[in-house]
Amino acid sequence: MARRSSSGLLFDGSDWNFTTLSRAYDAIETVALDEMGLDVYPNQLEIISSEQMLDAYSSVGMPLMYQHWSFGKRFIFEDHLYRKGQRGLAYELVINSNPCITYLMEENTMAMQALVTAHAAFGHNHFFKNNYLFRQWTDAGSILSYMDFAKKYIAKCEERHGLRAVEAILDSAHALMDQGVFRYRRPPRLSSEKVRERARERLEYEEQTYSDLWRTLPLATENRNPEEAERDASERKKVLNLPEENLLYFLEKHSLILDPWQRELLRIVRVIAQYFYPQRQTKVMNEGCATFVHYTIINRLFDQGRISEGAMLELLKSHSNVVFQPAFDDSRFPGINPYALGFAMMQDIERMCMEPTAEDRDWFPSFAGNGDWQGTLLDAWANHRDESFMLQYLSPAMIRKFRLFLLSDRATDSYCEVSAIHNERGYSRIRSALAHSYDVGARQPDIQVIDVDLLGDRQLRLQHNVKNGILLEESTRDATLGHIRHLWGYDVSLSGVDAGTGAALYECSTAQL
Amino acid sequence: MANFIDRRLNPKDKSLGNRQRFLNRAREELKRAIKEQVKSDRIADVDAAHGVPMPKRGAGEPTFQPASGSGAREYILPGNKEYMAGDKLSRPQGGAGGSGKGAGRGESEDDFQFILSREEVLDLFFEDLELPDMVKLNLKETVTYKPHRVGFSTAGTPTNINVGRTMRNSFGRRIALQRPSEAAVKAIADKIAILEAEPNLSAQERRRLQALREELEQLERRRRRISYVDPVDIRFNRFERQPLPNASAVMFCLMDVSASMGEREKDLAKRFFVLLHLFLTRRYERIDIVFIRHTDEAREVDEETFFYSKQSGGTVVSTALEEMLRVIEERYPAHLWNIYAAQASDGDNISGDSERCAALLRDHLMRLCQYYAYVEIIDERETEIFGATDNGTSLWRAYRTVDGEVPNFQMTRISRPADIYPVFRKLFTRQPAMRTRK
Repeated sequence: MARRSSSGLLFDGSDWNFTTLSRAYDAIETVALDEMGLDVYPNQLEIISSEQMLDAYSSVGMPLMYQHWSFGKRFIFEDHLYRKGQRGLAYELVINSNPCITYLMEENTMAMQALVTAHAAFGHNHFFKNNYLFRQWTDAGSILSYMDFAKKYIAKCEERHGLRAVEAILDSAHALMDQGVFRYRRPPRLSSEKVRERARERLEYEEQTYSDLWRTLPLATENRNPEEAERDASERKKVLNLPEENLLYFLEKHSLILDPWQRELLRIVRVIAQYFYPQRQTKVMNEGCATFVHYTIINRLFDQGRISEGAMLELLKSHSNVVFQPAFDDSRFPGINPYALGFAMMQDIERMCMEPTAEDRDWFPSFAGNGDWQGTLLDAWANHRDESFMLQYLSPAMIRKFRLFLLSDRATDSYCEVSAIHNERGYSRIRSALAHSYDVGARQPDIQVIDVDLLGDRQLRLQHNVKNGILLEESTRDATLGHIRHLWGYDVSLSGVDAGTGAALYECSTAQL
Repeated sequence: MANFIDRRLNPKDKSLGNRQRFLNRAREELKRAIKEQVKSDRIADVDAAHGVPMPKRGAGEPTFQPASGSGAREYILPGNKEYMAGDKLSRPQGGAGGSGKGAGRGESEDDFQFILSREEVLDLFFEDLELPDMVKLNLKETVTYKPHRVGFSTAGTPTNINVGRTMRNSFGRRIALQRPSEAAVKAIADKIAILEAEPNLSAQERRRLQALREELEQLERRRRRISYVDPVDIRFNRFERQPLPNASAVMFCLMDVSASMGEREKDLAKRFFVLLHLFLTRRYERIDIVFIRHTDEAREVDEETFFYSKQSGGTVVSTALEEMLRVIEERYPAHLWNIYAAQASDGDNISGDSERCAALLRDHLMRLCQYYAYVEIIDERETEIFGATDNGTSLWRAYRTVDGEVPNFQMTRISRPADIYPVFRKLFTRQPAMRTRK
């Protein structure tokens, strides 16, 4: 003890205990908040075992999750890979909540625990709290209580309506998760616990006071003249607010057959999909931010003499593993590594702020050489998602460093063409193409509800706006349409329309399946 | 100040419920897949198949996915070494250009398979099937016993000595009674030997030698008194005879192999019997199976011949029934055995013989048999004509009369491989109580 405090080291050797953990945390916190100017939610660090990490993996990283067989499937799959040694487990897992929960694996060495604390508890945490997408679209304060409600609610539904009935709805809802988010319009905030409680009570009251006698009353609409009915329908179409991009939302509100509890299930799935949507749009920035933060903090602590050289070597090794980017023709190439790209871009921004070249000044007059890398980065982290971040900050130096090139691939041609490489003519082309490839909205098929024939066969009409001629995989398309039909109650048709020319490309319907 | 929480002691099986749900779901899917596999022509494979891959349907989670072979895409790739703008490359197989979207997790998760053992496959396959009327009520003397290990006893035959248990008792007794060990005796004997080797002993040494000799004498007496293995140590394995429910049963398989049975008919009949054979050997440990095949004469054959050898000739169905009667009289007295029979034929018979068959069944066989199933193999086109009517071949018409009179008689038609399994299930579905039929 005496030796350690005199030498100023935070920890010594690879074993950790709660004293060293909290000493390291305090040192990291000082650097993060005072020197880097980060702003974080209060932290809650939880130590878990590998099995618990597998559990967390399979329930999409949430500490509380309702029960569904697909999570069991994922668990068995991950467990299988882990036991065969094909895949290691993450060192940490962090949840966008307030307080921010970080899971630390018990197997980590003390040096790794420090790295992970800096990475997740400060890097990711800062990003979650400050990035505009997370601020506007997710509600870190209430997500845990919402998940608690969801879990209990679904368990209650299973008791009341049977496992199969609940599973059938969840299966269908999961199939539409990608189409269950608002991309352009901000979703309503999660209502508070109290409001939800009131709604549930009202629902229960209605169920209790329901009298079957009312069902036998003749419907007033049956005897109305057709004109009136038609006017009614067009009004209703207006009320339906078509076209609608959020299929789950539409089905939840307007499905013709669902019971209230089934609508609530759709809502739960939709809320979770929406909660994760910003994470998918900021993969590079989020990981880049966390990696940059841990790298900066660890180096700072090393400079202060608070981390030994041995521990530093261990940390640098795992850091370089994380930011390793194999080339495209390498057998290990899995795509562009978001850690590597994000980290390199943020280092590049720091460099351009402090020691810009003439080229940088030319490309980025707004911040090159401004001498304030902290401020520039904080601003970038707060106000961008991957797509806009690439467009704003990807420098020619970065493109050269990664030796990026652009490959065009048309299904009609027998070859691929290199359309741009890392040279003067290619920079902006590559930059916009890379940015575009990180646009989740553009990458996913754009499918919208365009019409409902409420007077006739009640067919739900969907339209797929086909971009660049990319169609849908037919088997999964038909299966997914089957799920929509299950939720809608009547036939569903999908027509593919070229987004550019407006030409009809294909048409299919559950009636033909 | 951070808030540290140690979660390691929390329950580990948070996703246990999810796993169970998945396995249940998989089980249902597998059952369905196996039934489909049987329909699609591969009955004999069921026994051979050591694994059934997890069917994708049911465990799949479909979403809208962009089709890989359509449209124009652009990929940004790192690590350019030699390419210039405008270079044309042949499209890589497996899509290195696919740049790992989709190529990673999604696909491998779909490849993931469950492998079932042959046993599990067969269990699923024969679920809920049983021979009807398995127990004959008046058969007390045929109750059989099976020896069954139950603990140890102090008496028994030498062949049943449990050496381990006996030696453990002996060891414990020797320690408790302080039987001198071999080493202790030897140590004293050595000392005596050393003293005796001395040429001239002092008085003190002589006294010591005397004392040692007395001690040795005492030890050896003690060793003689306390035996190494005493009768009280000995333990025997104990067996108890457990009564087994009377299940002495015999199944007669009667198959027509005459010339009128074409390849297709023979194939169908064989498939039916393969299934029956599998079912019986799997479900009933001690069942005799008698194979009889007939043309214009019938013979009892072994399994190999029944399924694999070829023979041909005219058709006299009653010979098979007579052969069956003969075997019953010879080896399977009806008061001792549960007798079952399954007959497969195309329904063709020499004129006049069908009535004889019906009479044989009615007057003799059905009094002996617990259950008799007749399966007629007909042409696919005939299915529409005959349907469920009483019309049909001479044998069918004759058997219809039996069907009306005798309760434990079942008859059905098969025209396609796909019919076999449903028919089989129909014939052998577990019945809620004995003789529910009629």
